[in-house]
Parts: sequence; structure tokens; C-alpha cells
Amino acid sequence: MSRSNTLSTLGGLCMFLLLWELAALLLNQPILPGPITVVPLFLKGMCGDLGHHFLASAGRVLAAIFLATITATPLGLALGQMPRLDRLVNPLIAIVYPIPKIIFLPVIYVLMGISDFSKIFLIAVIIFFQILVVVRAEARALRPELILSVRSLGAGRRALFRYVYLPASLPAVLTALRVSVGTAVAVLFIAEQSLTQWGLGYYIVIETWQVLMYDEMYTGIMGMALLGVLLYFALYAVELRVRPEGCQD
Amino acid sequence: MIQIDLLTFGYEAGHPGGQRSEAVYQDFSLTIGRGEAWSIIGPSGCGKSTLLLLLAGLNRPLSGRIIIDGEDIVRPRPRTGLVLQDHGLLPWATVGENTRLGLKIRHFYGPDGRHSPLEMEIDPIKGEARVQYWLEWLGIAALQEKYPSQLSRGQRQRAAIARTLVLEPDLLLLDEPFSALDAPIREELQRVMAGFHEESGLTSITVTHDIEEATLTGEKILVLTAGENRSAHVLENAFAGAFERRNEAPFLERCAELRLLLGGVPAEERA
Repeated sequence: MSRSNTLSTLGGLCMFLLLWELAALLLNQPILPGPITVVPLFLKGMCGDLGHHFLASAGRVLAAIFLATITATPLGLALGQMPRLDRLVNPLIAIVYPIPKIIFLPVIYVLMGISDFSKIFLIAVIIFFQILVVVRAEARALRPELILSVRSLGAGRRALFRYVYLPASLPAVLTALRVSVGTAVAVLFIAEQSLTQWGLGYYIVIETWQVLMYDEMYTGIMGMALLGVLLYFALYAVELRVRPEGCQD
Repeated sequence: MIQIDLLTFGYEAGHPGGQRSEAVYQDFSLTIGRGEAWSIIGPSGCGKSTLLLLLAGLNRPLSGRIIIDGEDIVRPRPRTGLVLQDHGLLPWATVGENTRLGLKIRHFYGPDGRHSPLEMEIDPIKGEARVQYWLEWLGIAALQEKYPSQLSRGQRQRAAIARTLVLEPDLLLLDEPFSALDAPIREELQRVMAGFHEESGLTSITVTHDIEEATLTGEKILVLTAGENRSAHVLENAFAGAFERRNEAPFLERCAELRLLLGGVPAEERA
């Protein structure tokens, strides 16, 4: 990130906190404490239980990202390079892709049990389709002539993956992750409201909101917002490194 | 150097499980000597590019054999260079990186005799020197930090040629390498490649649908026909590299002869 980018991000943050404080002062009700109350509480909480909740949530999202990436990327590449298979599977993907996967929450809980894995699986399914669709598009754009040329240079399967498929799909995978990370955290929030003792969703809804601890509730909200923002910027930073400048093709 | 023995090849028609369509080659045989420059010409769909891909080891014959240097071709051969009309450069890599690609792939596998020659050079400094040499030779050294999308078609094709020559092939297969280029650039590259052939003496085969190009690039011209090719129709050609004689009567007669062979209408009838 360049210097001016950092400055403008800081500026945005200051503006956000200022407006928040202003709104809190104007509303003057317990449901909206200002950042002057919440931020110190947040920092303190992060060293204790809140930090633990934060790590539980972050772990779930990261595991889901990992799971989705290692399954959707090869499948997307395969579909993009095998038109026949793609034609066969495409109608199914077209139907399943726009369905909001969160509605399968109860089914997944029943089938996979009340474990962390069921939550991770649900988020992974959401990210999976995002990656699948963009990687497939990238793989479709790899012309057969390009593959033939590279094979004629001596590339077998492994070298093709290393020098063609991986660099062709990596930026797309990162973009897909970046745009789906918001949805992932939102689904996590819902999934964590039940059948667990740890996670920011549980902390916000069960531990604080339902017992009217609004100040503490906001530290949870801050944690979840931070999780989304951190993931977004981390992915963006990697993406900028991976995608070379001036490459528009 | 190359021996094609009773080659049979055809593409499957349309759908999976469909009948094999008419063969493009049926018991087709041909011998190509070391150091010769060949051009292959024929109407579209006659299988010229198919033959090149078979020679490159990127297609497998249905029956028959292709032998290069005593070796049955069942996969790409490390010392065969291939340049396609669609340059085949990686769009996300610079010209320099693209030119180095073949060397990287060779280092990736090491000298295994399958993906790279057994007697492969492993010295990265010498490799880089070769990259720079060919970039320079093809006049694109100044462009090595650019991406393919920032180049003209001619420059992209130069990069593709450089990438191939860096691997020091002894056989060069060119599939319509210049047909997407504007006439002056096409001619310039034709001259460059003709000069290269004369200097290096490597075997080269150029596929083209352009009669003049076939006459300029091939000491021997293989004329293919639409439908099944059973026997090789080869013309000895004295005009390869004769750019300055292009407007002379014998050259034009050779072109007219080729046009007739390809099923065209003789000039006097067209008038």
C-alpha cells in the first residue's frame, strides 16, 4: 500500500470514529455507546475472552478459505479446460450458485453434527462456488494454442500446473476470496449463534446482547468488523503482489 | 531426419462416441532430410496444422509411426521447436519471462531426456546469455519488460520465436507463423527466418496457406489436398529465400503452378 493510500485509510477511520461518537452523543441511549467507551473496552477484551472469541472465529474463516480454495481451484481449472465436462455440470452450477447457502444450515448441522467442522463446511461451501466460477472463467480463457505452445517447450502436467494454471488462476482465486469474505463473515455470525461456546457471533448475541451488556456487545461487533476488514486487506495486499502491473490481457 | 511411416490420422466427429470422420491422412509416408527447409501448403481443413502437431508430438497417430532422429514420436521432443500463429505467450508474463519459460521448464525437470535433453546445459548464466542473444537478434531486447498485450502482433511473434530458439532446437516447426501480420512485417520476418535457416542449417517446416510464402520458405513444398491424403505430393523448389526474384517470370510461374495444384483457376481463364 502506498503512503497516500495509508493516509486516506487512516482518514476514513478517523471520520468513521468521529461520526460514531457524534451519533452516540446525539442519540444518548445505552444501545449506542460511543467509541470513547468501546475502544478501550475492546482493547482490554482482546487480551482476554474477547481475543479468544476472535481467534475462534478467525480460525473458522481461515479453515473454510483453505478448504474451499484447495477444492474449488482444481475443479474450476478442470471444468474450464474440459468443455464437455463443463457442459454437463454447468446447469447444476448455474442452479446452485445463486442459492443462499445459509439456508442449508439446519441440514448441515443435522448431517455433520454439532462440531466446528459443520460451521467451517457451511462457509467453505459459500466460498467454494465463488472460486469455482471465476477460476473456471480464467481456465476457459486459456486458449488451447497457449497450452500446446507450452507443452511444446517440454512442459508436462506438473510444469503446466506450475507455469500456466497456477499463475493463471491465483489472481482470480484471490479476487474471489476478497469479494466473498464479507459474506463468509456474515454467515459465520449466524452460524456461531448456536451450538458453540466460542466465536464472536456467540459473544455478540448470547453473551452480551441477550443480557443487555451493550458496551461489551460493541466490542464483539468491533471484533467481527475487524476480522472482515483484516481479511479483505490481507487478500488485497497479496493480490497486488501477485497480479503484475500493466497486465491487462 | 524425419520419417513418416504409413501415418493414419483423423479427428473424431462431433460428439463423444461418434463415428470417426473421414481420415485426413491414410497410410501417408514422407521423408524429410536433415537441414532441409520445407513448406506445407493446402486448403484450410486439409490437415497441414494437424501434420505439424503430429510432428511436434502433440497429437498421436491413429496408426503408423513418426520417427525423428531414430526416435518414435509419442510426446513433444525436447529438440523440436514449435511456433504457432497464435503466439502462445503467457499474458501475465513479460517478454523476458516468456522467453525464459522454456529454460525454466527444463530446470524444473532437470535433464531427464523426456522434457529436456539429456545433455542439457544447466548453467543459468549461459541460459540468460542465450535469452539476451535471441531477444537482441530478433530486435525485441528493448521490449523485454513489456507484457504481450502491450506489443504489436509482429513483436509478439518475434517473442514466440525467441522463446523457441533459446532452447536450441534442431527442428523448427512453424504453423502459419506470419499470416496474422501486415505485409511489410510479414516480409521482414520471412527474411529473418530465411537468413536464420541459411546460417544455422537446422531443419525447418513452415505451414502456410499463402502461395508466395510457401514458395519463399520451402526448398521442398508439400502440397496437401482437402480430404484424404494418401501420398505426399512434393515439389522441388529453387526459389526458397529468393526475395529479390519475386517479380520475375519463373517465380510467378511456380506460384501459378502451385495455385493450380491447390485447385485454383489458371490465370488465363480468370481473365
